[in-house]
Amino acid sequence: MASDVPELEDRARKAIEALARAETGRLLGALLRDVRDFQMAEDCLQEALESALLHWSRNGLPDSRAGWVLQAARRKAIDRFRRARNFDRKAEEYGLLIELDQQALSREEPPEIPDERLRLIFTCCHPALDSKTRVALTLRTLCGLTTREIARAFLYATEAMAQRLVRARHKITKAGIPFAIPEPDHWAERLNSVLSVIYLIFNEGYSATAGPDLLRHDLCLEAIRLGRLMLELAPGDAECEGLLALMLLNHSRAQARIDDHGRMIPLDQQDRSLWSSSEIDEGSRTLERALARRRAGLFQLQAAISALHAEATSHADTDWHQIVLLYEAMHARSDNPVYLLNRAAALSYAHGADQALEALGAVEAALGGYQPFHAARADLLRRTGQFEAARQSYRRAIELSGNESERQFLASRMAAMEQST
Amino acid sequence: MKYLALIYAAPGAGPDYGTPEFGPYMDGYRAATETYQRDGVMLAGEALQDTSTATTVRIRNGKTDTMDGPFAETKEQLGGFYLLDCANLDEAIRYAAMIPTAEHGSVEVRPIMEIE
Repeated sequence: MASDVPELEDRARKAIEALARAETGRLLGALLRDVRDFQMAEDCLQEALESALLHWSRNGLPDSRAGWVLQAARRKAIDRFRRARNFDRKAEEYGLLIELDQQALSREEPPEIPDERLRLIFTCCHPALDSKTRVALTLRTLCGLTTREIARAFLYATEAMAQRLVRARHKITKAGIPFAIPEPDHWAERLNSVLSVIYLIFNEGYSATAGPDLLRHDLCLEAIRLGRLMLELAPGDAECEGLLALMLLNHSRAQARIDDHGRMIPLDQQDRSLWSSSEIDEGSRTLERALARRRAGLFQLQAAISALHAEATSHADTDWHQIVLLYEAMHARSDNPVYLLNRAAALSYAHGADQALEALGAVEAALGGYQPFHAARADLLRRTGQFEAARQSYRRAIELSGNESERQFLASRMAAMEQST
Repeated sequence: MKYLALIYAAPGAGPDYGTPEFGPYMDGYRAATETYQRDGVMLAGEALQDTSTATTVRIRNGKTDTMDGPFAETKEQLGGFYLLDCANLDEAIRYAAMIPTAEHGSVEVRPIMEIE
């Protein structure tokens, strides 16, 4: 029998890892309903997972693993309250928890797990937290990534990331950030904060290339998973649909946008047969549902642009006129000059590079220190035959770039121009 | 929970006494205070004399040391506060956003420490 022990332990460890990835959000949400202290809920959950390893290695896996862990975590919380000096004062506050525990003792069935993930994600993405902190806390809490995994994905030391998470949980409790779904007045603004966090996670993964960045690429999948979760929790919300559509449509090009050496391939040179048709289908269908609600928003407009690319049979056949209009609609909603930069690029394919260069002039003051501005201008100058000016813009873009694969890409564009002249 | 809303502004950033903007600015404070009182969240609230009237006190080696000031010509200075009793941070932020100085200065919202 002794020889089975490592095998049982191995099984238990794998089951717990899978459980942590799949159910952390549900478990923490359920715990937070009773234990209002975020750090304490996290600690109790971790302790419960450790107990699970011990018990399951010895006795095999229970039927309801998540229920088992929730029950264990609640017991850990009760133990902590009982040990606390001011138990009498707290007893009232935590009466519910103790009651739940007593109910559970009289019953064999593991507890039902209430779904509090919507409250949880609004708490993790609260605007009173720094935006990097929102991203990390969401990945830790809703996606069940380990602190080490999050630290690696964001090129942070594990210890620094751990401190950031502890500080965030501490602030949530001490500053009274509510564990609540926002009121209707604030719903749109707060939802946007949640969707922006998810999109930040997606883009962090999308900007990664190959090799050591593979872990970062998984962030795209985590973001899509969160996008699906939001749609499940807030069904029928047009912007939730818009974000999911946008991520799926952009992700459909993931295989085609990086070459074997980890270099970026621009849209006009991508092999379109590598685009994922299942992601394009799902993205387009999701976007259609969103647009039918007639409540346009920035994510839907961006998704619509991505869909036009996905539907085009070639770069030249793309509906650039429509894309120009969509960027204008985005700029009307939020006067971000980057939308005008993108509009200028689309304009160059719809009406020619000369018009686009003129349009670019309007955003120079705002975007003079922004790499994509100079890359776009270099490209337009090259296309209008102004090679010396193009050279200068390429150099400026390379100077401003913070990413090796981007620098290589810009240098290769410049070299290609030199060869053709 | 109790929250202290600390009101900061750079000297000269807000409307000056005697300008047409000053009246509506003070009306904004009156309206905020009335809302706090009506909603039962107001515990205290005062405006402070400017920092030229301030005295800094320190005790070093058992000796009380007083200093004129501090003066900081350009930095945002504490100009007043409200002490509010709110259900949570969302409510505190909503009330803090009614403080007119938030439009040119800033309001720092700090939870009061509960000693257990």
